[in-house]
Amino acid sequence: MKKNLYKLTAFLAILVILTPLGLLAEGNAWGEWGYKDFKEMIGYIPSGLKRFAEFWSAPFSDYTIHGLGNIFGYIASAIIGIILIFAVIYLFGRFVSKSKNT
Amino acid sequence: MHIPDGYLSPQTCAIAYGASIPILVIAAKKVSKKLDSKTVPLLGIFSAFSFIIMMFNVPVPGGTTAHAIGGTLMAIILGPWEAVLGVSVALFIQAVFFGDGGILAYGANVLNMAIVLPLTGYFVYKVIAGNADIHSKRQWIAAAIGSYIGINIAALSAAIEFGIQPLFFHTANGTPLYCPYGLSQAIPAMMFAHLTVGGFVEAIVTAGVVIFMQKSMPEILTFQTKGASHEEEFI
Repeated sequence: MKKNLYKLTAFLAILVILTPLGLLAEGNAWGEWGYKDFKEMIGYIPSGLKRFAEFWSAPFSDYTIHGLGNIFGYIASAIIGIILIFAVIYLFGRFVSKSKNT
Repeated sequence: MHIPDGYLSPQTCAIAYGASIPILVIAAKKVSKKLDSKTVPLLGIFSAFSFIIMMFNVPVPGGTTAHAIGGTLMAIILGPWEAVLGVSVALFIQAVFFGDGGILAYGANVLNMAIVLPLTGYFVYKVIAGNADIHSKRQWIAAAIGSYIGINIAALSAAIEFGIQPLFFHTANGTPLYCPYGLSQAIPAMMFAHLTVGGFVEAIVTAGVVIFMQKSMPEILTFQTKGASHEEEFI
């Protein structure tokens, strides 16, 4: 099992290095445009859309990291994302095992 | 398929949260029953895998992009409820830290990508794979078809959420308040992107990983059944 976990982690590490390939595709996914783009697309910005579009401002918006270029920012984002995911799942595991013991 | 904030009305977001939260609670309960020191790292790895493959944007003819999600894969390997949780965690980190998908729209994104996708994909996989041997061709073919259908049903679900906005939420003179594109635009656009590109990327990733596991780590493919027997021993 341990050997498999190492293999899977190595596989993940390779994917992290390759993530900038995901930057090659131009344009946005359908329905994921910035709210300002609507001005050009339909001539106006729907008022509710504008009101809620910036409800939250993410620290690494669009997988960019201040001070890093696109490519390194994207790789660093991948690493940060993985660490955060492991943290959340580890905490969930801790919480569950604690509540099982009590 | 990550719906940003502002595209869906607050009412739609509330309903989506209302549908997603109880399912997440069920998933958390089901997963915690068989959670052990082996499941936690695997759940982490596959949730991280889902996060990473969503970063590989693939161009769609017409100037948009799509990406794989890996929810059906997680369901096949770890179990459907593990997939619900694993994709939800990835979506949560994407929304909070990377602004990929909204916070208000998180419930809708969970519904589409973390609930509809893995549960549909897994169901189709199960129907096709039946009791086929873990090393058989039928296993990865079932994985490919299941994941292709899963991501497309998820895309349809997102398209419906987008498309009903101008129908229900507009000003007195009919100007849309949120997503301005109706069902007749949202459904063809979302389905085109996923039937032609997104679905195939998802199917290749899913079948590819299943084949890789068949060859080099079959014990992970039997993880679910082992996990279940482990649980029985426990009881």
